[in-house]
Amino acid sequence: MTNDQLFEYTVRLADNALILGQRLSEWCGHGPVLEEDIALTNTALDQLGQATNLFKFAAELEGKGRDEDQLAFLRDVTEYKNILLVELPNGDYANTIARQFFYSTYYYLFLRELSKSKHEFLSAFAEKSLKEVKYHWQHSSDWVKRMGDGTEESHTRIQKAINFLWEYTGEMFMMDAIDQAALEAGYGVDNTALKNEWNNIISAILNEATLEMPADGWFHKGGKIGRHSEHMGFILAEMQFLQKTYPGAKW
Amino acid sequence: MNKADWPLWEIFIRSKSGLAHKHVGSLHAADSKMAIENARDVYTRRMEGVSLWVVKSSDITASSPDEKEILFDPANDKVYRHPTFYEIPPEIGHM
Repeated sequence: MTNDQLFEYTVRLADNALILGQRLSEWCGHGPVLEEDIALTNTALDQLGQATNLFKFAAELEGKGRDEDQLAFLRDVTEYKNILLVELPNGDYANTIARQFFYSTYYYLFLRELSKSKHEFLSAFAEKSLKEVKYHWQHSSDWVKRMGDGTEESHTRIQKAINFLWEYTGEMFMMDAIDQAALEAGYGVDNTALKNEWNNIISAILNEATLEMPADGWFHKGGKIGRHSEHMGFILAEMQFLQKTYPGAKW
Repeated sequence: MNKADWPLWEIFIRSKSGLAHKHVGSLHAADSKMAIENARDVYTRRMEGVSLWVVKSSDITASSPDEKEILFDPANDKVYRHPTFYEIPPEIGHM
């Protein structure tokens, strides 16, 4: 695996964490109840913390003098390599929870495998993040159950979110040349191998929540190679505004 | 979901150094599991604790302020209930 490929692999992880963290932080002050507002903001902060660590490591790999802030805030849209799922708008709370549930289930399995990585930084990062992500999973899956098994309205909303987001779950399990190189080096994870276990977990929770699991069909993809949805530019416009207007601003 | 429908829970945390759970505040939650999760998010963000208790506020019976005098005043003049009331023989030394 070349240094460039490892950089790319790390940036993908970092961008997933950064963009999901940014999305979740949009709920800050707008949560349905105070306690949930804090819960979701905690999750957002966990993601941003993970992104910081990954960007620091990526900056070292790159060795071009960019730091983690420059990587996070000063790239163009096609240089971001997060999957499409995490950049989708929050929608209602059901949609945010369903996205979190799908992603955290995958991310937990991914990190569990990554903790066995031969790469010292990646395995340590995975080990540390697993505890956080397990809680994100617990929080979101509990809410899927409550909404599914709740009122007619909550059931309808969470089912709608699950159906809508399903087409975006496929990208998590796709492998390209960079994933393959990371896997062969003993550094990365075989995403394809996670799909079955992911399906089983999702199916068990949806079943408990009296919800229908959509059938696999066509899946959106492109985020991993920098081809994003129309939403990505708006996220960056808000996220990058301060650093672009006041370069190097600190507080 | 209407928060008005959620019962109030009292939250108790045992800190790393403390032996007993201490009352830290209250929050709303639909059930005890949610109360634990909410308490984790609201009250243990700065490593305050190693254990959580949640109790439905409605399950707590409190003494009435009106009974303050009959409950607590009689203890006022019973100094012999404090260990310092008793003189310790010199041969015992420092306790």
